[in-house]
Order: sequence, then structure tokens, then C-alpha cells
Amino acid sequence: MARGIKDKVAILGMGCSKFGERWDSGAEELMLEAYKECLKDAGIDQNQLQAAWFSTAIDEVHVGKSGIPLSTTLRLPNIPVTHVENMCASGTEAFRGACYAVASGAADFALALGVEKLKDTGYGGLPGGRGGPLQALWNASGTAPGNFAQLATAYMTAHGVSGEDLKKAIGHVSWKSHQNGAKNPKAHLQKAVEMETILNAPMIASPLGLFDCCGVSDGAAAAIVTTPEIAKVMGKHDIVSVKALQLSVSNGSESGHNSWDGSYFHTTRIASKKAYEEAGIKSPRDEISMFEVHDCFSVTELVTMEDLHISETGKGWRDVLDGFYDADGKIPCQIDGGLKCFGHPIGASGLRMLYEMYLQIQGKAGPRQLKNPRIGMTHNLGGAPRENISSVAIVGRYE
Amino acid sequence: MVGIVAFGAYVPRLRLNRQAVYDANKWFAAGLRGLAKGERSMANWDEDSITMAVEASRDCLTSHKAEDVRNIYFASTTHPFKDRQNAGVIGTALNVEQNLSATDIGGSLKAGTSALIAGLNASKDGAPSLVAAADKRMARVASSNELNYGDGAAALLCGTENVIAKLVGHHSVSMDFVDHFRGDESDFDYGWEERWIRDEGYSKIVPPAIKGALAACKIKGSDVTHFIMPSLMPAVPKQMAKICGIGEGAVRDLLGANLGDTGAAHALIMLVDALEAAKAGDKIMVVAFGQGVDILVFEVTAEKDKLPKRKGLSGWMARRKEEKNYLKFLAFNEMLPIEKGMRAEFDKKTALSVLWRKRDMIYGLVGGKCRVCGTAQFPRSQVCVNPNCHAIDSQDPYAMAGLECAVMSFTADSLVYSPDPPGYYGMITFAEGGRFMADFTDSDKEQVKVGAKMRMTFRIRDNDTMRGGFKRYFWKAAPV
Repeated sequence: MARGIKDKVAILGMGCSKFGERWDSGAEELMLEAYKECLKDAGIDQNQLQAAWFSTAIDEVHVGKSGIPLSTTLRLPNIPVTHVENMCASGTEAFRGACYAVASGAADFALALGVEKLKDTGYGGLPGGRGGPLQALWNASGTAPGNFAQLATAYMTAHGVSGEDLKKAIGHVSWKSHQNGAKNPKAHLQKAVEMETILNAPMIASPLGLFDCCGVSDGAAAAIVTTPEIAKVMGKHDIVSVKALQLSVSNGSESGHNSWDGSYFHTTRIASKKAYEEAGIKSPRDEISMFEVHDCFSVTELVTMEDLHISETGKGWRDVLDGFYDADGKIPCQIDGGLKCFGHPIGASGLRMLYEMYLQIQGKAGPRQLKNPRIGMTHNLGGAPRENISSVAIVGRYE
Repeated sequence: MVGIVAFGAYVPRLRLNRQAVYDANKWFAAGLRGLAKGERSMANWDEDSITMAVEASRDCLTSHKAEDVRNIYFASTTHPFKDRQNAGVIGTALNVEQNLSATDIGGSLKAGTSALIAGLNASKDGAPSLVAAADKRMARVASSNELNYGDGAAALLCGTENVIAKLVGHHSVSMDFVDHFRGDESDFDYGWEERWIRDEGYSKIVPPAIKGALAACKIKGSDVTHFIMPSLMPAVPKQMAKICGIGEGAVRDLLGANLGDTGAAHALIMLVDALEAAKAGDKIMVVAFGQGVDILVFEVTAEKDKLPKRKGLSGWMARRKEEKNYLKFLAFNEMLPIEKGMRAEFDKKTALSVLWRKRDMIYGLVGGKCRVCGTAQFPRSQVCVNPNCHAIDSQDPYAMAGLECAVMSFTADSLVYSPDPPGYYGMITFAEGGRFMADFTDSDKEQVKVGAKMRMTFRIRDNDTMRGGFKRYFWKAAPV
């Protein structure tokens, strides 16, 4: 394994817009909302930025292509801006670019900014699309809920979990996130929801009901990174450094080879293992203080906790029901409310998750503040269970 | 000796209850009451004459190799394309392309029999010809046609080896007797008075033609065991038979009670029905009327009993789901401006260059099989999908449409746009290797389960109405 970038990069500042149905704002306003907070937090002048990474996933419904929309909106000083897209992992991908620039020495200060303006399409849910001209001829029609619903049916089949038990467990996943999101002023949905309501919600794609699906919203988040040494020279305390950044991308074996049973994320198992190695984490269940994982659907979160090697395979639903991932559980998951309450402006989500980790580690999370968290892990899953990008980031106190 | 060597049929699963149609329309057309019994076949939203003809052809080729077929004739009055060889689509779907002559025959309700005559003549030198006929007939709301018509297909393989029904003779006359027509500017038929059609049309044109055929075949009317003659007037075939000395018992049922008249396909569907029942030595006369008459006479041989079993007309008729929702019938036929929502709006433009490059994959469901590790896969790719192999340029084409497959995971999606919600789709795995996420069709909640056995079927995927109705076809999984 390569040496990795553990502790070579520090987060100097972060910002996050209010997420939600931002009828008042376009992508440009959202970018600026996150950026202003981020730049102020970092305590540098815009002219000190030397490179930027810009993430959006469905750019055709808002900003369009290239790095120009970011550079123009922020009036950046003609620095390199790279537009990245890697489905739901786009935000983490932008962060990775900025971190690698700093770790390599190519830049002292780099910006990562992700945005998605989804609510200008005229309908709910994510804009559809079938890929390129060949995919359009054969890919099954389908929606994100329909693809992830199949994770649920396959998981039940693989582990002999009854429909009733699974429904209760995934219901608890959503219930817990709503409890957390109710304490977050930046969340889209800030209302606790009764278990009864969750279980009896209308079916979207069986067995996933309305509350098993995350919302669709607008939002932006940003980070400015530098080296820990520069951060210290600038007089920063409670420095949060990057411990690991890993990505794993499907190569078609799940979707095309009969060895995969549909019940787990092959890529997440690989990416998390590599991340633990990079971060020097031996026992993640004991060492990690908190998670923000990709709960696009409740069942995604449940299965992800197994694939991150925290819950035993096939037993994650029991941990969930035991409250292991609740705010007062052993390892709180989605303490900010998750995608469940923030919605999923795709290009922004990975950075939004890091924003919560950053706040928590610095003790700035207000009513959601956990007691003394040291290591936080974020995870994104772009695509569908059968073909996806899994990204993980581990950040923690710089000591 | 040329003749029919195999037969097949296809009938859509849905059967529209005629009483339900009448109940919806009786305020306007109370006179249709007499037709309000039984049911008619109703194509699913993703079926047209091409897809039905493909299914009938597959049924027909249960016992024969598709690659041996040298000619395909496709008869219909509802060819999906005016300028694009429809028969060629069927050929590609059957993975027959090389050394193939494909011909569309249309323009009249006797197109089916005209195609059969052409197929038999083309097979005289031994080159097998596949004759497929299908119609998905449109009719105006509250018309008698709406109740009388049905959707379906038949296919017959012509050849000289192991003939199950040898051609005794055929005879045709052509007269521009316009009992009904459908002009270029309409989706619907326009017909003249039935009494005139009966008295000046059938009665004056058909009997001389039958007599001519009997003379040419050197047989008497009483020698005919099965008399096949589609007509929307059930008494007419009986009258024609009587005039020509054909026994009343020989007149075949018109299949109106629970199928309906399938247009250009109907004479051949009735022929398949007769072949299923026929015994060696039986003489079958097929008569089709439509601006003239086609008549064919066959004699069933002892080979018929040796023909391997297939679904046939009886098998497809037995696969049935009653549909009492008349509005669904209208919506499936684009006769109801239903609110499809914005999710139905995405552009369905087809890159024709991609379709050409990938035609075996898209139309033939041809995947790949790795020569190094033996793994079957879909789609065929340059690098083997097996994580323990990844051999490069190692795959041979591997036809998967006929292989057994099962549901690995699935969902019923209420969010995705489907003309028949919820949209069923899921991961299909093939017993011999290979898998892909597929749309399901003809599916119900009760049938679709993890592990359920499925069969791949050729269907419409999208209709690009922005560009005049380019239909995209691909394979979907249907419960067995």
C-alpha cells in the first residue's frame, strides 16, 4: 500500500448553505452562501487560493459544464478550477482533489466546493436519464428507489430476514435520522417523525416507503484545505486533519457476474478497508466516534454499516434496532440528520457530511454536539447497488 | 414436395372483457349490445405487430434452427414502419441475418395468405421460408370493430423436409372490391354496408374462386376436412362452404368468442388452430378475402404427429388474464390523453449508428461466452467480466433469448414512468451464467418473486413520438 495522505492535509475552513427547497436561490447563490462561511472560517483572502475543485452531478439542470461556473460566480483569481462528477460521490471527489493538491505540495490553499440545484426541474425526485446512446437502448427503466429497493429484497433473501423485521429496522434508521435532523437549523426537514407514520407511509418502490427515501433538495458546501503546518502557523487550534480518502469503483462484476448476490456493496467493503489501512485504524468499531454515511435510502445505510465493517454481515439490522447508531448509542450515525433530513443535492452531499464531522470534532455542533468525538468517517455511494462508486473519508483531530 | 413444416402462434396475455367495453359505451352505442359477450385479445402497451410476430416465430422455430431460414415474409396491415423493413427486424431478433431475404407484405386482409403463398413458392427448391403474420388493429371508440377485432400473430415455416401439411394447390383472384379501407391519413378502417359486402362481394367473388381452386387441386368440396375463412360476418363462411359443397362440419370456428379477428394474421391463426387438431390425410382449405381472394389447399401428413410440442395457439390462449378496465385499453392504444407526468418526457432519440453496431445485442439478446473461463455474460465485452479471469478479446457470441432465467432481485416501482404502473424490473440471472437488470412485462404482484422463473420476450421499450414513432425494441423478462 502507498504511504497515503494521513495528517498531510488539514481542513482550514468549511461552509454549508441551508439545504432545502431553495426557491429563492439558484446554484450561484447557494455556492456563495457556502463559500462566504467557508472563507471567513478559513481566515484567508480569496487571492491566496491556488486551486479549486468543483463538484456537481446533474449539471445539465443547473450550472452546466466546466469549472467556469465556480470561477465566475466567486470571481476566483484565474486559478485552475477542475469540475468533477462521480455521481453521489462527487462532493467527496472534489475534496479529494483539493486534498491531493495540498498533500503533493502543488498548492498551499485549495478549495473544494460542491453544489446541486435540483428544484428547478418542475417535479419531485431526481431528474431521470439513461446514460449514453447505448445505455438508452437496453438499461432497465428505473429510479433510484427502485434500484435500492432491490438491495432490500436481496438482503432479506441472503440473511433470512423477514419483511417485518427489515421494515422495522429500516424504519428505525429513518426515525433516528429525523430525531437528529430536528436539531439542525441547516437541514431541509427539521421535524421528528413518529415510527407509526414511517411504517405506514405510502409505498414508493416496494419495500421502500416514502420515509425510507431521502429528500430532494438544493444546497452547497465547501472546504478550504491546507497543510497542518500552515494551519498552525496561522494560529489555528483544534485542527482537523484528513486521515484517509479512498474510492472504489465497480468494474461490472456485480452487474454482470453471478458471484454477487445483490445483498451488499462490494465497493464499500474495499474502500473502507483501504481507508482503515491509510488511517491506521485497526478496530473501526472501537476507534471511530461517528459516521455520516450515504443514507439515500434507509436500507442503504443499514447495509453500509455492515460493509464499513462495523456491524457483522447480516446482523446490521439488529444493531440498528438495538440503538447502536442512535445519537445516544455507541457510534452515532447521521448526527446531523443525514441525507434523510438534508436531502441530497448530489454534488454537495459529501462535503456536507464532512462539514458535520468538522463541526463535531471542533465542538461547534450546538445542540447536536457529541461528547468528545475524535474520529469521524463519511461515506458516499454513487450509482446503484449493482454498479457504483463508493467513497470514504476519515477525518479526525490532528495530534 | 413443398408444404408447412412447423407452425407457431402468439396471443397477448390480456383479454378485454367485451361486456366492460359495452358498459362504458352503451350510452352512445346501445346497438352494440349483441356483441357484448366473451372477450378479445388485447396487446400490452409494449406489443405491436413486430413483437407479436417475433413471438409467433420463436414458437414456430421451437423445433427448427433459425439460422436455416432463408426467407422471411411478414404480413400485416399494421406494420410499425412504413419505410424500414419490418421483416428485417424480425430476422435480427431471431438472429437470422446472413443469406436472408426479407419481405413485408401488406395492404390487404389477405396479406397473410399472400405471404404464405410467396413463402411456399420460395421454398420449392428447399430453402426454408418463415411466414409470419400479425396485426394490432386499431378501432374507433364505440365501434363494432373495437369489439370484433383482436391482436395476435401466427408463423409458419415452409420447406420440403418433414412436411406436416403438403401444399396441394393454391389459387388467387384480385378485384378492387372495397369493402373497407384505411387511408394514409387515418388510424381507423372505414367500411361500407355489410349487406352489400355479403351480397355483391363474398357471394359473387368467393364461390367461383373456391370452385377454381377445387378444380386446380382435383378435389371435391366434400373432400375438405377443415374450411378456414375469416369474416366479421359469422354466417358468411358457412354460406360459402354450402355453395361449394363443403360440409358444414368442416367450417372452422372463427375464434371470435375469446380472441377476436386478428386481421391479416387471422387466416394463419385459424390455420394453426386447424393444424393443432388435424390428423394425417385431412385436407385443409384456407380462404382469405380482401380485394380478391387467396385460396390454399393442404393435405396433412403423418409427419404432423412427430412435430415436437410447442405452445401453439392453444398454449398462448391458455395464458390469459382478464382485463375489465376499458380505460386501460384506450390508454395502451394512445386513445386517451392520459397525464403521464414529466418523467415521461425524456428524449427517446435513438442513435441509429449505435443500434447498427450493437444490433445483435439489442435485437438478438446476444451476449458473450469467454473461451478462457467459460463464463457467459451480457453484454458481450472485450474484457471478461469474471473477476478471476478478465481475459481480453476472449468472447464468442452467445445467444441468450431462449435460455432459462430467474429473478434475483426485483421491485415494483411507483415512481418510474410506466404506461402500466407500477414498473416491475429486476436483476435476471441466467442458469448457464450471465445476468442483467431487465424490465419485466406481463407481470403481476402474485407472479414476481425472488427465484421466480422468467422467459425473455421481445418488446417495445420506447416509442420516440418526437420523431414520428421510432419504436425501440429490446428484451424484457416475463413470468413463465
